[in-house]
Amino acid sequence: MIPEIGHFALILALCVAVVQGSLPIYGAAVGSSALMSVAKPAARGQFILVLLAFCCLGYAFAAKDFSVLYVAATSNSQLPLHYRLAAIWGAHEGSLLLWTFILTIWMVAVTLFSTHLPEAMRARILGVMGLVSLGFLLFMLTVSNPFERLIPAAADGRDLNPLLQDPGMVMHPPMLYMGYVGFSVAFAFAIAALLGGNLDAAWARWSRPWTTAAWCFLTVGIALGSGWAYYELGWGGWWFWDPVENASFMPWLAGTALIHSLAVTDKRGGFKVWTVLLAILAFSLSLVGTFLVRSGVLTSVHAFATDPKRGLFILIFLAIVIGGSLLLYAWRAPRVGLGGSFDMVSREAMLLGNNVLLIAALGSVLLGTLYPLFLDALGLGKISVGPPYFDTVFVPLMTPAIFLMGIGPLALWKKASLPDLAMRLRWAFGASLVTALLLPFVLGKWTPLISLGLLLALWIVTTTIVNIRERVSHLVGNSLTSCLAALPRAYWGMVLAHCGIAIFIVGVTMVKGFEVEQDLRMNVGETSTIGGYTFRFDGVREIKGPNYMAARGMFHVTKWGHDVTDMYPEKRHYSVQNQTMTEAAIDSGLLRDLYVSLGEPLAGGAWSVRLYHKPFIDWIWGGCLIMALGGVLAMSDRRYRLAWRREESLAQATPHPLGQEVL
Amino acid sequence: MKRFLLPLAIFVVVVGFLGIGLTLNPREVPSPLVGKPAPEFALPQLYEPQNTLSLKDMSGKVWLLNFWASWCGGCKEEHPVLMQLAKAGEVPIYGMDYKDQREEALAWLRRWGNPYPVIAVDEAGRVGINYGVYGVPETYVIDKAGMIRYKQIGPLDEEILQKKILPLVRELQKQ
Amino acid sequence: MKRLLLALLLIPCLVAAEEAKPLAENQQAEARLKALAIELRCLVCQNQTLADSNAPLAEDLRREVREMIAKDMSDQEIIDFLVQRYGDFVLYRPPLKATTTFLWLGPFLLLVVGGATLAVALRRRAKKLTDPALSDEDHHTVAELLSEGTKRS
Repeated sequence: MIPEIGHFALILALCVAVVQGSLPIYGAAVGSSALMSVAKPAARGQFILVLLAFCCLGYAFAAKDFSVLYVAATSNSQLPLHYRLAAIWGAHEGSLLLWTFILTIWMVAVTLFSTHLPEAMRARILGVMGLVSLGFLLFMLTVSNPFERLIPAAADGRDLNPLLQDPGMVMHPPMLYMGYVGFSVAFAFAIAALLGGNLDAAWARWSRPWTTAAWCFLTVGIALGSGWAYYELGWGGWWFWDPVENASFMPWLAGTALIHSLAVTDKRGGFKVWTVLLAILAFSLSLVGTFLVRSGVLTSVHAFATDPKRGLFILIFLAIVIGGSLLLYAWRAPRVGLGGSFDMVSREAMLLGNNVLLIAALGSVLLGTLYPLFLDALGLGKISVGPPYFDTVFVPLMTPAIFLMGIGPLALWKKASLPDLAMRLRWAFGASLVTALLLPFVLGKWTPLISLGLLLALWIVTTTIVNIRERVSHLVGNSLTSCLAALPRAYWGMVLAHCGIAIFIVGVTMVKGFEVEQDLRMNVGETSTIGGYTFRFDGVREIKGPNYMAARGMFHVTKWGHDVTDMYPEKRHYSVQNQTMTEAAIDSGLLRDLYVSLGEPLAGGAWSVRLYHKPFIDWIWGGCLIMALGGVLAMSDRRYRLAWRREESLAQATPHPLGQEVL
Repeated sequence: MKRFLLPLAIFVVVVGFLGIGLTLNPREVPSPLVGKPAPEFALPQLYEPQNTLSLKDMSGKVWLLNFWASWCGGCKEEHPVLMQLAKAGEVPIYGMDYKDQREEALAWLRRWGNPYPVIAVDEAGRVGINYGVYGVPETYVIDKAGMIRYKQIGPLDEEILQKKILPLVRELQKQ
Repeated sequence: MKRLLLALLLIPCLVAAEEAKPLAENQQAEARLKALAIELRCLVCQNQTLADSNAPLAEDLRREVREMIAKDMSDQEIIDFLVQRYGDFVLYRPPLKATTTFLWLGPFLLLVVGGATLAVALRRRAKKLTDPALSDEDHHTVAELLSEGTKRS
């Protein structure tokens, strides 16, 4: 009964989506306030309905209802409750429901926080989001129904993939989807502006917080995925340039470019057309990512069970949404004016330089990801494109971008002087270069890449310090702290986000440069020392988990004779899916991770064991989190809060003028 | 303003490729050995381990080399097709027992029937690697000069047999 | 006295905890294997390197590579061996050939084209835009508009 309610809720949501996707947009075209005001209740109605459907599915999981096909495929009676609930998004159908649910959350957020927007714009934004949700609901109701029944009901479920039975699994997809779907808001803003013909600096200012919010979520989502792969997959890697990983990284690159481009459009009214195109691009890449993961077109560890029929549906949906947007862009963009002028050397130009580099990087990732498909489709053979390609191509593209990151914030808007910038930054550059060249020797190993990484990270930090000092010196002084506090939050957001990148780079450089790995055969009582830490193998015990049996190894770790920790790597056997999983033991620290992975039992009670010492690896995800924090800080800047409050009260006082838009 | 149509044009091209991609199988690895000489091998036979089956023995005739194993599900699937083909007698199918246990292989053949005049045993899988085998079953069509002319990845079925393999075999036999 | 002797006898056991031996016999060969294997693809996996995969075929191929290293074959010869049998698919670093020139040159081209487009666009807009000189009347209009606080919609 409950699954049927959920199913029915989705059908109703589809009807609401049809209404939401049509009436408000039409209403905005003809200036009918009545039709436009349909948008808000429709969006909220969809939210309630999809929430209901989501809860129905959750109930089916909680109650172990194996008469629902999806539950039977992804759950099991032995599965603990929290994983049964996380299994809602453990496979294709349920993850689509999560996608749609998150879309309705963003819709409601737009209804709540957009009272300062002109009515026609808001109507169009919600209308566009309604059309997107229409596509997803239609998709679910036709070929991916999470509520499909299994008759007769299964005696027990097939269990959630053991790889996914993990806390990271619980958080990674929701965060990621919040990001992907969040870009639909920026997308809707762009389409609304194109439809309404009012592409101006105000539009950019309104879009910014929404774009930044989506970007923050996506950053966290990707970081969680990477961290989860690190500790879950048992081989210590954290990024493989796998097609699905790239599918999440490309929208992130586009989103980062978009954030910077919006800054130019907001502050200087320039490059509006380019910003709109980026907004369309970011969301398009989210949709393309959805396609790549579910269609079976590319091979990946992360891919959902594939089905070309689903792939076809998504492709057609993609073609309509993106093709339609780009057609609208081609039609409307030529009429948009140019905005303020600026020099070849200016902050605007550098921000756009950042865009060029980020888009070139994005293009390279897209090229590498799709190239095997291109060649195969043309009958030119089968190749693989993996980490060696991406690593070779990505670093040279990002290096100048990071270099610009140091100069851009110091450059003046409209017109800057290169000699002047060089003067102001000479100490920063000198100090960074010298430290980057010498530090690896102190640490024990020098390679060009280590120096490059350190140079980039130090460059970001030193230029940021120069920037802060300059900014503070312009404020007539009270104490230093009050001067610092006087700087706007958006500025600190930028500082934090950029420093987050510096921290990330340090993490990557140090791990790749100084990581130590040892493959050993260990008998009970034997030790091994890496990175100054001594690991003593104390044997293996059999233990029983809720839905698995495990061999648990015991390792005692000391450093210079002092006890550090005990580590318990496991080799688990999940009975239902008959899968063996390696659970690595990780001791995380600020400056290093110790990583122990059990291999196979060998003759004589010995085990093959892999030990790692990974310096600074947690700085990788720490850097990402700090980046996201920077974004949050930027979003909470006074100008948005004040503007929102001010215009909200204004909106209540004055009636909305009707626009003179064409559509 | 044509340059504003550029994003759309690029998109259409990408979608075209993605659409074609839906009809392809990204996991299939076509063999670079098609059109090249079949790698030499000399392996003990399954039923008479003291005797050897080698590639040289086969020169002068058109034949199929079928990699199979008792633990392979797809092999069971294609087995009836092989049995029929063996009965028809148009082209001999030689078996290569890949990474298998002798007892289990013999039991499997006893149970399901034996379409092969001779079966070689590739226990370590080395010959398989030389032939670019990455799964079972896989079948090669080898001509009179010992060149590989076709590789079937996965189970054989009637359709592929009739449409691709038998016509090729007939043509090769005429040479 | 007996206790002291016993203690003295036990000291070597305390001092010499056994150092575990590496899993592989030949460290150098293993290092070479690892360097090669992380750039080779496991053919039966869903996108994993030969180094990381536990699949039987991956183990067989690692064994083959080890044997080739023991035979003193060069890295290129080992790669050629595998490519002869499995095609370019087995390489994660796509070889530079006619069909992959666009792949390897693409990023560089993107950068150059992007940079050139930006430079051209900036130059073009600099020519088109000159900040307008406002007349006194215009200044007056501006002041009026600002005081009204009209919203554009």
